[in-house]
Amino acid sequence: MFRLNKNHILLLKVFLHCAAFLPLARLYYCAFADKLGADPVQVILHFTGIGAFNLLLLSLLVSPVAKNLRQGQLINIRRPLGLYAFTYALFHFLSYIAFDLQFEWQLLISEIFKRPYIYVGFISLLILTVLALTSTKSIQRKLGSTWQKIHNWVYLALLTVSLHYFWSVKSGLIQPIMYICFALLLTFVRYKKLTKNLKRQNQRI
Amino acid sequence: MLIRTPKLSELKENQLTAQSVYSNRRNILKGLGYLGAGALLTGNKANAFNLFGTADKSPFKTRDLSFSQLTSEIDKQILTPDQKVISHNNFYEFGTGKSDPVEASQNFKVDPWTLKIDGLVEEPITLGYEDLYKAFDLEERIYRLRCVEAWSMVVPWIGFPLQKLLQKARPLSSAKYVAFETLYDPKQMPGQKSRFSGGGIDYPYVEGLRLDEASHPLTLMSVGLYGKTLPPQNGAPIRLVVPWKYGFKSIKSVVSIRLTDKMPPTTWNRLAPSEYGFYANVNPQVDHPRWSQGSERLITTGNLFNRNRVATKMFNGYEEVAPLYKDMDLTRYI
Ligand code: HEM
Repeated sequence: MFRLNKNHILLLKVFLHCAAFLPLARLYYCAFADKLGADPVQVILHFTGIGAFNLLLLSLLVSPVAKNLRQGQLINIRRPLGLYAFTYALFHFLSYIAFDLQFEWQLLISEIFKRPYIYVGFISLLILTVLALTSTKSIQRKLGSTWQKIHNWVYLALLTVSLHYFWSVKSGLIQPIMYICFALLLTFVRYKKLTKNLKRQNQRI
Repeated sequence: MLIRTPKLSELKENQLTAQSVYSNRRNILKGLGYLGAGALLTGNKANAFNLFGTADKSPFKTRDLSFSQLTSEIDKQILTPDQKVISHNNFYEFGTGKSDPVEASQNFKVDPWTLKIDGLVEEPITLGYEDLYKAFDLEERIYRLRCVEAWSMVVPWIGFPLQKLLQKARPLSSAKYVAFETLYDPKQMPGQKSRFSGGGIDYPYVEGLRLDEASHPLTLMSVGLYGKTLPPQNGAPIRLVVPWKYGFKSIKSVVSIRLTDKMPPTTWNRLAPSEYGFYANVNPQVDHPRWSQGSERLITTGNLFNRNRVATKMFNGYEEVAPLYKDMDLTRYI
């Protein structure tokens, strides 16, 4: 049977870097050159927002796919995918502050507390930040079983990001609903593992 | 009648640089990668980064209009560049993305056209395509258009005051409101074909004004912009422009103007009554649930580093309309 080996994974990683990094670089280049249509700010927010969500979903798809297709090596691309999801989300947030609000800090604070879609977005970003910071192998080893507990929060982030998207659109809920269905499906696929983890935690308590 | 805009000296240099060339824009967008595109999972075409976009169609032909020009050279320099005005549109009949209308509307047929003015009037009127440009003297008006999404543009419209049209039709004394309707033609307007492509809106798009609002000298029926007839994405061949209200009140491609004695339904109000009222006056005091309305991004020339966030003014700066609402609590009547 065909098995992905280390070289395949390396190739896949190179491809992933190209597919994730280059569009982002090009996006900002076009925006700075005023080649992104009438309102580059909106294009940037939508591109980075959807990009972050896509990458997050892809990263969560890795482990069920690896398991079902018996391609253990595939798990190695989960971390870069997750980190790119975080990177896109970070650029999304920073662009919002720098180009949309244009550093009106007061407005930022009031928006975070006043607008439900902004605060769930903020919560999502906080979670992704914690996950990114604890994503290295050495930290994973140090944290032991706590690591898995922390990284299960990604499913909470999936929920808050879905809400963020759903609440951010003016009308036309079909696309956000499709994303939400996909997110629920992924959560469901992992449901057994999640509940097993939770049970184990409870028993220990 | 011109809008109050910042003095030339207040504008930053990069807002005044020569207009950029955009013809290449769509190719650049197509060249961008796919990972960020909504198309990845859903094949949604409403995204500006539509990698699999259709080939560019031959653009809709506009022609020059003759009109009395009020624009001075200084006014011209603060305008939103015409390429931005005609490529960044909310016109859900042609798709919900900002760049969908320009791409999906180029074959839109505006000739023949019929605009009917009827209802509670002594003299119902029907205007054909040529009448739109000939029935009244055309004049240029530079207005700031303020979208409810907290961005704005400065547009040199060409048209005639709605007042003149209404006077000709002679409203009955029982007429209190004016109801407007956009063309309904799903064959030409892909957004009207299904809820999926048209943002969940129940078409045709309808709007309304109180008769005194409709009769205000600022209220314009526009047939052109930047010296030419309107392109389809901006509401060809004739649209309403009410500069002190949020952009969605300024209904496009109008086929019917009907005088009534009851407040007519309006599209966005029907869709989300708690978010959009009948009046929809620009009001920095009253936030939309999703956007603070205290400030806006004024779209001009210049790149991302343009500090274009400006304070939003009551009635979008057109304070002469305040008497229309003198006994009304505008935090309640949104
Ligand atoms: C503090 C954090 C965040 C802020 C302030 C924020 C802000 C925004 C804003 C202003 C929009 C545009 C709404 C509009 O159409 O006007 C948006 C859309 C969106 N954001 Fe965020 N966001 C945050 C975090 C996130 C995160 C962490 C993700 C995903 C991982 C995300 C994904 C999205 C998506 C998918 C959209 C919809 C884009 C579209 O409609 O095409 N956001 N966000």
